[in-house]
Amino acid sequence: MRFIEALFDIFTNPQFYKITLTASTPLIFASLGGVFSETTGVVNIALEGIMLMGAFFSVVFTQITGSPWLGVFLAIPIGMGMAWLHAWASIKWCGNQIVSGAALILIAQGVTGFLMEPIFGQPGQTDYVGKIAEIKIPGLYRIPFLGQAIGQINPLVIVAFASVFATWFLLYKTTLGLRMRAVGENPEAADTLGINVYGIRYFGVIMSGVMASLGGSFLSVGEVGNFRELMTGGRGFIALAAMILGNWNPIGAMWASLLFGVSEAMANQLQSSPILHVPATTKPLFNMFPFIVTLVVVAGLIGKTRPPAADGIPYEKSE
Amino acid sequence: MRPDSRIWSFIVPIAAVILALMIASIVILLIGKNPIVAYGALIKGAFGGRQAIADTIIKTTPLILTGLAVGFGFRAGVFNIGAEGQMIMGALIATVVGINLGGVPPVIAIPVTMLIGMLAGAGWAAIAGYLKAKTGAHEVVSTIMLNWIATYLSSYMVTEPLAVGSGTPKSPEIAESAKLPPLLTIGATEMTSGIIIAIVAAIIMYIILEKTTTGYEVKAAGFNPYAAEYGGISISKNITMSMAISGALAGLAGALEVMGVHHRFLGTLSGGKGFDGISVALIGQNHPIGIMFAAFLMASLRTGSNEMQFVGVPKHIIMIVQGIVIFLVAADRIVRTILIRKKKVGS
Repeated sequence: MRFIEALFDIFTNPQFYKITLTASTPLIFASLGGVFSETTGVVNIALEGIMLMGAFFSVVFTQITGSPWLGVFLAIPIGMGMAWLHAWASIKWCGNQIVSGAALILIAQGVTGFLMEPIFGQPGQTDYVGKIAEIKIPGLYRIPFLGQAIGQINPLVIVAFASVFATWFLLYKTTLGLRMRAVGENPEAADTLGINVYGIRYFGVIMSGVMASLGGSFLSVGEVGNFRELMTGGRGFIALAAMILGNWNPIGAMWASLLFGVSEAMANQLQSSPILHVPATTKPLFNMFPFIVTLVVVAGLIGKTRPPAADGIPYEKSE
Repeated sequence: MRPDSRIWSFIVPIAAVILALMIASIVILLIGKNPIVAYGALIKGAFGGRQAIADTIIKTTPLILTGLAVGFGFRAGVFNIGAEGQMIMGALIATVVGINLGGVPPVIAIPVTMLIGMLAGAGWAAIAGYLKAKTGAHEVVSTIMLNWIATYLSSYMVTEPLAVGSGTPKSPEIAESAKLPPLLTIGATEMTSGIIIAIVAAIIMYIILEKTTTGYEVKAAGFNPYAAEYGGISISKNITMSMAISGALAGLAGALEVMGVHHRFLGTLSGGKGFDGISVALIGQNHPIGIMFAAFLMASLRTGSNEMQFVGVPKHIIMIVQGIVIFLVAADRIVRTILIRKKKVGS
């Protein structure tokens, strides 16, 4: 029963909830990116690569400017550029969207690894460049349990949750959102109505670059203050799973990201639990946990969600 | 040359590779190095001497197989991005069995170890195939998850139950009888006879795809699933089977790495060779013969890139080249448009 005891210990520790939020934030950003892109009908598996670029370049720009916030903002155009490449290949050239996404992941892994030595003088990981300071939420941090969990928080976490509602509002309460959904469901009909199908799709994909870049920046200058090679570690794909599980809806994607965040936090806390005394050698088994959860969830629930009808299908104007 | 002519399946990948190398040379210039020196080092590293050529051929072997794995998947309409994990599982299980085949003669031990590796890869891939067929779970997401699970599982296996020695986590050596005899020995380098097996696998795949009913069904299901189903081909059976065959090839790549090269399981054994399979398949246009040449090309880039490190160009440049090639093959109309426009200007 040590296991139950350890679980109880974890669940009653406010730190666990804080770690859950931290683990969920990059997933929330990136899954919103997926929602933006796929709502307009373009599959974007390049999220993983764009996150990696965001993580790397926010560290580079933090190093240059001395400000982690500037680092995060300056990395966004890089993410947009990557996303634009994907949009260009998928929309203008009707390329295979999954293959193009895979290509961009490789390019991101190559570019970040390649620039490490010329910029930071060493491969593997960069020096600590500084990170975004946590803020105390007035009043909240005084409340006993809640205060320890969310009273002092990374402002990017708040940005992530705000983005969820902003995205929801944009998609379901504005004309632009209606057009985006129309283009993703039935581009021919949207085109007939005079909607600029290509323009809307470019917008969706490039916004996914903004979001994924933010998610990546959170991993580096948000959380740890440096960049490690391949530090995204599959989170772009977990974010895609969160988007699917959330039924391509921003709010749903947020809940799914939180679920995956919980599984990551749990794996993380269980392996360092003072009650379980997990030996260092069995720790890899705990690292498998979030991936198993994702696999099971995707397999178990996918039939019950539905992607936009034209998702992944290039649109060609008939002459 | 019409834009839809068959000749494009040769021209597009070759042009993509050349374009990618040109773009990469700009990247090399940007960090203040000379691309001619860099590419010179690359060629020297890959082909400069018998040892280098042997290294390139050793690296070609798993890439042919992972390329075939991904290529077969593409032909059947599935994107097996999980060759990495299947290769790890193939190598891991082949090691576990290979260690325990001490008293068995090589005639039995070698095929058994190979077969076990293939089964392990097939089983691992079939999970994703089955999930896609039964629940619609996209194989890209599920195979990536399976990759990570395989990575952590294997790193657990070589730090705990199978671990020997210190330093890099590794398993004990497999039994002598399960080792593949080297094709030839050059200095300290044993050139694996796995290359023969890889080439045979490519020929078998060619025959299956082009000359058998099964191959026809696989291609039909990949080309147009709805029409194929109407024509009496079971799509869900085909998806699971295609993934399993694809995984078996990747598993074989892993098993041969253990049996012919490392003789044990190492944490770094797969090292991206599964992902390289994607590039190999796309450059080879999913054709078994094309895949063999593409694997050789990719292996040359990999071997040569180590030499590039010595002239101050990080070997990650090869990943950038690979990424650009895949990007251009994905959107092959870019390449066609560039070439057609050039031709028009020229004439």
